[in-house]
Amino acid sequence: MHFTINGQRHEADVDLRTSLLDLCREHLGLTGSKKGCDHGQCGACTMLVNGRRINACLSLAVMHQDDEIVTIEGLGQVGNLHPLQDAFVRHDGYQCGYCTPGQICSAVGMLDEQKKGWPSYVSESLTDSELTDAEISERMSGNICRCAAYPNIVDAIREVAGKGDRQPVLEAAKEIGA
Amino acid sequence: MFEKIFGAGDTNSLTMNKPHPDSLLDTGVQGVISRPIDRVDGPLKVSGTATYAAEYQLDGLAHGVLVGSTVGKGRIVSVDADAVLGMPGVIDVVTDFDTFLRNAQQGGETTAPTQGVRDVDYFGEIVAIVLAESFEEARAAAYALPIEYEKKEGQYAFQAHRTEGETPPDSVTPAKFTQGDIDQAMRDAAVTVDVTYVTPSQNSAAMEPHASIAVWNDDALTLYGAYQMPTSDAQQLAKSLGVSDKKVRIIARYIGGGFGSKLGIAPESVAAAVAAKKLGRPVKAVMARGQVFDATVRRSNTEQHMRLATDRNGRLTAIGHDSLTSNLPGEDYFEPVGIGTHLAYAGENRSITHQLVPLNLTLSGSMRAPGEAVGMIGLECAMDELAEKLGMDPIELRRINDPAVDPEKDVPFSSRALTQSLDKGAELFGWNKRNAMPGQRREGEWLIGMGVASAVRGNQLQQSAAGIEIRPDGTATVASAMTDIGTGSYTILAQIASEILGIPLDKITMKLGDTIDPPAAGSGGSWGAASAGSAVYLAAEQARKKLAAAMGVEEAELTLKDGYAIGDNRQVPIGELVGSGIEVTGEIKPGSQEKQTTQASFGCHFAEVGVNAVTGEVRVRRMLGVFAAGRVLNAKTARSQCLGGMTFGIGAALTEDLIHDQRTGKLVNRDLAEYHLPVNADVPQLEVHFIDERDIHANPIHAKGIGELGISGAAPAVVNAIYNACGVRVRDMPITCDKLLAGLPPM
Ligand code: FES
Ligand code: FES
Repeated sequence: MHFTINGQRHEADVDLRTSLLDLCREHLGLTGSKKGCDHGQCGACTMLVNGRRINACLSLAVMHQDDEIVTIEGLGQVGNLHPLQDAFVRHDGYQCGYCTPGQICSAVGMLDEQKKGWPSYVSESLTDSELTDAEISERMSGNICRCAAYPNIVDAIREVAGKGDRQPVLEAAKEIGA
Repeated sequence: MFEKIFGAGDTNSLTMNKPHPDSLLDTGVQGVISRPIDRVDGPLKVSGTATYAAEYQLDGLAHGVLVGSTVGKGRIVSVDADAVLGMPGVIDVVTDFDTFLRNAQQGGETTAPTQGVRDVDYFGEIVAIVLAESFEEARAAAYALPIEYEKKEGQYAFQAHRTEGETPPDSVTPAKFTQGDIDQAMRDAAVTVDVTYVTPSQNSAAMEPHASIAVWNDDALTLYGAYQMPTSDAQQLAKSLGVSDKKVRIIARYIGGGFGSKLGIAPESVAAAVAAKKLGRPVKAVMARGQVFDATVRRSNTEQHMRLATDRNGRLTAIGHDSLTSNLPGEDYFEPVGIGTHLAYAGENRSITHQLVPLNLTLSGSMRAPGEAVGMIGLECAMDELAEKLGMDPIELRRINDPAVDPEKDVPFSSRALTQSLDKGAELFGWNKRNAMPGQRREGEWLIGMGVASAVRGNQLQQSAAGIEIRPDGTATVASAMTDIGTGSYTILAQIASEILGIPLDKITMKLGDTIDPPAAGSGGSWGAASAGSAVYLAAEQARKKLAAAMGVEEAELTLKDGYAIGDNRQVPIGELVGSGIEVTGEIKPGSQEKQTTQASFGCHFAEVGVNAVTGEVRVRRMLGVFAAGRVLNAKTARSQCLGGMTFGIGAALTEDLIHDQRTGKLVNRDLAEYHLPVNADVPQLEVHFIDERDIHANPIHAKGIGELGISGAAPAVVNAIYNACGVRVRDMPITCDKLLAGLPPM
């Protein structure tokens, strides 16, 4: 089988049952994408396939021979980080780092979805949503972080999306008269 | 082994028998300590190039898939390996009824855990490993492997067996402690609370599943694993395999979270090692997520009988915290539920006891803040109930019962900023806006309430060593068998070395997670930063002595900054003072300071929640943690540790609940869709505030544990806020909608 991953051509002779995730991790030495559950329940394996985020553990490699696949390794490298990777470092958007590649790939896909006007569960409008913190949190809830870097992940994504700094909760609290 | 690398003669050893008032971290001028520096391992993590256990690329690797038992109690009659050996790619089926681990080991033990799997004691116990050329082939054969069991009667239901509890041996906390006469005090009291709180079993659910790659080189084993405490884990592994400690090396450079579940070795390690030996090839065994739930560790369920008694003014005269927990038959470990209660509040008459009920369920062991994480739910919710009965503000109740000295041992606290934290938190959170009467604040469908709880977590120092090498080019390496499980060890240890040696951070290479380096206690019990940090401190102090001597100045006259030694009106590059290079080792040991003072970190949590008056849904709207844990070594990573702990608290209060089938012992919700961890949308923008503090009794860096302080008290703050919001007092965790609905006020 042949694959295009991070702009590179790969040939691999793999079992038909091999997931896209295991293709990368076990056969191509691309271990940046993580396996947290193998059941589509945690998001650690998130990759971008033709620009859309998917759980690579839930998809068979054989289905993706004609697709453009981007993994964390393709987004940026040490010394040449993608803005989201860089923002995750500065905002401490991780702790153990195991969910992190999935979070970052997911955030790339999520920002594109939001830009295209896709609504989420918390969107006020079905056609036109503002990227609030609630939107970021909702749209990133397919990526579990047991270390619970969530507030920092939201900070990192908000910054890259050009939405400025967060409003401190305590000041926000004052405004609502709490 | 490290003597070969680090000369034993250059060891600077300290036992904490005296206070250590002076710290080189206060006199260093590099200006990196405590600063919110980005993690030094950050770029590797965000680019996917940090290597976790299952990711080492080795030639000739065989893939192992573990097989768990399908009975909760029984005996294996046969394993029909022949039935699958002909399947494509299958290499072998390995079982070793004597050597395989019945269950994981507890952290810090240096012996093997209970071994032997012919008799099965819980559902999902790992009984075999199937090896194949690919993961898919091994998995297919593992699913197909016929195993015949003789089923036996097991004990699965806590309620049915709760009266069979026995007092276990003492552990980190006494199993049974009494002082005065609590029954009499309850009778004599002006106000009492006598209630029972229940918490369910929980799972650490670190995002990286347990994984081992075992490689034998003649009779020596190298195991790439996911471990919090490699030094003692290597000893556990050696004992389990019947080889000498020196023959086992563990490498765990990056660990995808632990939270207690990776303190001791788990069954996949020995299965991989036994299989690798038999095959003569490296073997990789990664637990499936369901197996992590089934066959590593759970935090025990607890039943907590709380009794509090006060005089008319709210002064506690009695505290009772008597708990039941569960574990596998033959296992002594008990969730130390009352550990925080010993030192939280004053009160003359006390009963803090633990009983252990044997059940055929997954081993119970440590999960983040064993004891306080769940014990403070009982204590701090009961305190909230008491405050209401007294008509007293919950903060005031805590303030007047904040003891001046340890209420049981009559020794001083090394530092204790409980009331100070509460006051600061009240101010920052706007506590004065809280209406003491529940159910009064409403926004549309939402009832809004605030809650508070104290945070208490015992501090520990563990023997640890670290080495530092400084080379002629002015660069340095810091090495220790310490780990970074997401806690920030790589970064804070580099900061400590940099501050003391004046070597810029980018000239320091960190080497952690390998047992060929100086032995360390690893990451657990929040002792990691203080213990390994003190070892690095002592090594750096030793190196500093050598630099002063080479410079020909008194140590006190030496300034180290930006790669230069400055003294006696001279400025010399540090690299020029080390000849062909120097190697030093630092070693810290706990001492009598632990007895002469009671050491703990303190703080508090404030939560504001909304309870939906129609559905009973609970949303945490904001949360603040205020913490006093000695010196903060890195403001950024310390805050992150607290965010993590607070979020675990949200999970404990609202969602996390391991459910076992009462008839078979099978864990029903053994995946991440059914065991509900808090997700991004469940967690608001949490706030963390640190109280500036130094603990000179704890260690030379004056820091105390922080990773578990953030969970201790977090859940009860949420629970108390729910009560304040809607007036429903739930004493059975987690607080799901169904437990609130019936009691909600009319719309
Ligand atoms: S590994 Fe794919 S979602 Fe968890
Ligand atoms: S950083 Fe550890 S799970 Fe997210």
